[in-house]
Amino acid sequence: MRQRPVSDVPTLVRVALVFLLVSQAVFAAMQARPTATAQALQQAPPLSVLRASSLGDPIPFAQAVTLYLQAFDNQPGISIPFLDLDYGKVQSWLTRILELDPAGQYPLLMAAQVYGQVSDEAKQRQMVEFVESQFYADPDKRWPWLAHAAIMARHRLHDLPLALRYAKALHDRAIGPKVPSWARQMEIFLLEDLGEYESAKVMLGGLLHSGAVTDPHEIHFLIQRLEQIEAAEKSSSASKRRLP
Amino acid sequence: MSKVLAIAQFTLLEALRTRLLWLVLAMLALLGLGSLFVQHVAITETIRLQTGFLAASARMGAVFILCLHVASSMVREFNDKGVDLLLSLDLPRSGYFFGKLLGFAGLALIMAALTSLALAWLAPLPGAALWGLSLACELMLMGALTLFCVITFVQIMPAVSFALGFYLLARSIAAVKLMSGSQLLNPNAWTTKLTGWLVDGLSVVLPDLARFTQTGWLVNAHEGFSALGFVTLQTGVYGLLLVLAGLYDLYRKNL
Repeated sequence: MRQRPVSDVPTLVRVALVFLLVSQAVFAAMQARPTATAQALQQAPPLSVLRASSLGDPIPFAQAVTLYLQAFDNQPGISIPFLDLDYGKVQSWLTRILELDPAGQYPLLMAAQVYGQVSDEAKQRQMVEFVESQFYADPDKRWPWLAHAAIMARHRLHDLPLALRYAKALHDRAIGPKVPSWARQMEIFLLEDLGEYESAKVMLGGLLHSGAVTDPHEIHFLIQRLEQIEAAEKSSSASKRRLP
Repeated sequence: MSKVLAIAQFTLLEALRTRLLWLVLAMLALLGLGSLFVQHVAITETIRLQTGFLAASARMGAVFILCLHVASSMVREFNDKGVDLLLSLDLPRSGYFFGKLLGFAGLALIMAALTSLALAWLAPLPGAALWGLSLACELMLMGALTLFCVITFVQIMPAVSFALGFYLLARSIAAVKLMSGSQLLNPNAWTTKLTGWLVDGLSVVLPDLARFTQTGWLVNAHEGFSALGFVTLQTGVYGLLLVLAGLYDLYRKNL
């Protein structure tokens, strides 16, 4: 249907429309950016409630919950240090996401590579234990995260027996054809005198070579993590050299 | 039969003339852009998340658009006295009903094909095909339900509200049933028993739509087309029930 020309609209209406549109844009721009607070993260609801809320399609719902949890991060602009988060609540969400979407790997990456990277040993330990407990549910798919946890246990927690326990679990349980042999022999390079950076580099190389990691965002993220570890090691060795 | 086919053809033609398919394409394009945002903010499994978002939102969007179209098209026909005119011809009420149903079913097929094509560039083809066939069945059921509702209520708002409420309930009834049978509840309390009966009662009169059009078919390893057996059987049984309910109401209606 052809419309009448714009000139048929009264001038007052046209001017007021433009004025109010600009006013709305100015008003919205003046508002403070939304911020996430550690207290805002509540305990995850029971699985049955989440299942009912997913309207019979739990995978996209689990993905939406993952992105919600990820908003409580340390990105510039909505910064809250992970240390402020209640890890009991974080773990409850990670568990629920895996229950809704058992084939998803995202929560395990977050546990091993995001929440496990804080400088609080108790929280690091909680995350590696979470990864270990979830590994047994699907060892042939979840092995990369236990391998990460083994390196964390060796170099962050300085708990060699724990790291070796994870290596043994990898050897005994991750026996699928897609699990590379180096992952099943992690014990060897945990016992070698490699630093965290070297170990992480070897592992990333192994993951890329075996095709276990193909997602460009994940590769970028893991390389970033590697650079952070390298920078931390360099600054730590430089401060040691400055000491008398 | 030719009259039934003519009504079906004109029902489809109306959808084309009211630019319904352009609306579906615009929805898919917008959701595609939204899925790119989701892919951008994900750290890992980016394609998996993108596919999940696009599939779930496109499914709900398709159901919403189809229900609104069926309701508005039928209400317009009632208000314009098109139904009265058609029924004054040598055409039984069932002929008119089946013509409209056939037209809306054709529309559901086209919408499902467009939606699954939009997903085919993200997901493996067998998974996308299974998902698309299941979506077609889901849309046909929802189209038939809205047709029944609009014959009963003759107004858009109650018909669409009922259809969408039904859809949400049918999609979540399996999970609600699990909740009502939780072992944490006191099994001897009368409220627990009453809720249990109510949910059990609802679950037997609702189709189990939670087993239709699963995102897992697109993002996880393909498990074959065995799931389609339940979907087609449920669509056949419930679709027939809705047809009979719609016919029952149409025959009783004073025009």
